[in-house]
Amino acid sequence: MSAPRSREPRAVRLVLIGLALAAIGLFLLVPLAAVFVEAFRHGTGAWLAAVSDPDARHAVKLTLLVAAIAVPVNAAFGLAAGWALGKFRFPGRNLVLTLIDLPFAVSPIVAGLVFVLVFGRSSLLGGWLAGHGIEVVFAVPGIVLATVFVTFPFVARELVPLMQSQGTDEEEAARVLGAGFFKTFLRVTLPNVKWALLYGIVLCTARAVGEFGAVSVVSGHVRGATNTLPLHVETLYNEYATQGAFAAASLLTLVALAAMLAKAFLSRHAGEEAP
Amino acid sequence: MTVQGRRLLRPAGALAAAVAVLLAIHAASGRAADAPPSVEILNASYDPTRELYRDVNAAFTKAYRERTGTSVTVRMSHGGSGKQARAVLDGLQADVVTLALAYDVDVLADRGLVRPGWQARLPHNSTPYTSTIVFLVRSGNPKRILDWADLARPGISVVTPNPKTSGGARWNYLAAWGSSLTAGKGEAAARELVAGLFRNVAVLDTGARGSTTTFVQRGLGDVLLAWENEAHLALAESGRGRVEIVVPKSSILAEPPVAVVDAVVDRRGTRAVAEAYLRFLYSPEGQALAAKHHYRPRVPEAAAQAGRTFPAVATFTVDRLFGGWRAAQKKHFDDGGVFDSLFVNR
Repeated sequence: MSAPRSREPRAVRLVLIGLALAAIGLFLLVPLAAVFVEAFRHGTGAWLAAVSDPDARHAVKLTLLVAAIAVPVNAAFGLAAGWALGKFRFPGRNLVLTLIDLPFAVSPIVAGLVFVLVFGRSSLLGGWLAGHGIEVVFAVPGIVLATVFVTFPFVARELVPLMQSQGTDEEEAARVLGAGFFKTFLRVTLPNVKWALLYGIVLCTARAVGEFGAVSVVSGHVRGATNTLPLHVETLYNEYATQGAFAAASLLTLVALAAMLAKAFLSRHAGEEAP
Repeated sequence: MTVQGRRLLRPAGALAAAVAVLLAIHAASGRAADAPPSVEILNASYDPTRELYRDVNAAFTKAYRERTGTSVTVRMSHGGSGKQARAVLDGLQADVVTLALAYDVDVLADRGLVRPGWQARLPHNSTPYTSTIVFLVRSGNPKRILDWADLARPGISVVTPNPKTSGGARWNYLAAWGSSLTAGKGEAAARELVAGLFRNVAVLDTGARGSTTTFVQRGLGDVLLAWENEAHLALAESGRGRVEIVVPKSSILAEPPVAVVDAVVDRRGTRAVAEAYLRFLYSPEGQALAAKHHYRPRVPEAAAQAGRTFPAVATFTVDRLFGGWRAAQKKHFDDGGVFDSLFVNR
């Protein structure tokens, strides 16, 4: 099938295409290139020194640890939500759907502050936890909580519409043929959505690694302890260590590029799953 | 297992392996760290002290290990002074706070985290070094900005952080106000001057470091109101030949205090180290490091030792002109205070 021919004059088309390309170049490619130019301004040695600095290494490890907790949690939740909301109708279903989207709508600073309010030393719960020597905010658990909150909808948002459109025919067939619940889930439901699931996981990972706002509120910004990679970038920039900041930023940018590639690859497959 | 089932499990297996590797790295690095007797303390500080405490921490760690055999790791957290006090209130486990102004420690004392009377526990009002507020102007001082009155002139673009969030900005504000009072001009004139100054403000960042970046790197404004140490740092780091320092005739004696957070050190058992850390700031070595980073040391000889000279400024204190920080905070910076009325009506 060929694209319908445009009826606009050639000049109009060229101007529009040119404008679009200029906008992409100015707003996307130039900043992207600037990150790497600045990161390698003083050569590969300086870049290596900046990313292998103990504080930078700790920031990378912490960021990966947080993602390694937040992503599986949200993947499991997303699957459960997709299954419950996509395959069944029940009163309150729309309310749950709306609530899942809440983290998209709430500003990250609010997301961070609510955890400080709930788990902070001045709250009842926070005071009790502090009395038992459990730190939540300004420690790793708080960062994990904030990241889980912010990345909450990514997997569920991918799965709910897909599972809903796939309906329950195949599951019913499996049950009729004698498969149990887990067998049906593993052999029928899960394989049907695996590409969409991976797609959601990629988006979730990218956001979990890159999250700044909410994590900034609950982190306490302690170098070598609660600084994630995005916070490390800010710390270095504020210390006039511009090259170091961009070296760390280049790592984040690479994660983003990898996520985009994976996304492009997965979205092709995810399309096949739609009935 | 079916082909489909196996294909499905492959990514799950990879993920599990990645998590396992990560946890192994984490565990290994954790084990390596705690071999000899070691203590970790956290210093929650304000923005411009990053470079100072990097040197102080290295020197203190070395001195403390030689004296006691214990190896100390001092972790740092930096941010606007008010924001840091807030974080400690909300549960940031800082063993010591080194903040921009006494009011932020008073807040901690009010909530029982720091014992009352904290300011008398260490010499010199618990402030091991002082600073003052100076101007940073474009090279050659094209707008002829020489004293506080020039900041309120029409056509001057001023950069200062927001006094609501930044300790340094509150010193800036009180320095301008006090300069008018000490010139014998009275409250109305002081109000006029500060109103004119804030009418000229081009960018109101939340912290001192943000304002410096705005002025030096983004090139906005004719004059930056800054801590003396921050002005020197900006000059050395990025603005040589592009900006210069102007010292006004009179300015405020800025006393950034230090305090042990009693509630935290008692719970963590780190009181001895935390107190030694703060006392180290008063030692000849600590004083010389303060002078090196352009903080005015309490021991005058330390300045010469570090090869620094500090220009003479007629200084006034918050206690003398404003009746202390609590009174100044209440009158000028609390909601509905003088700053709000000036800024709303600008």
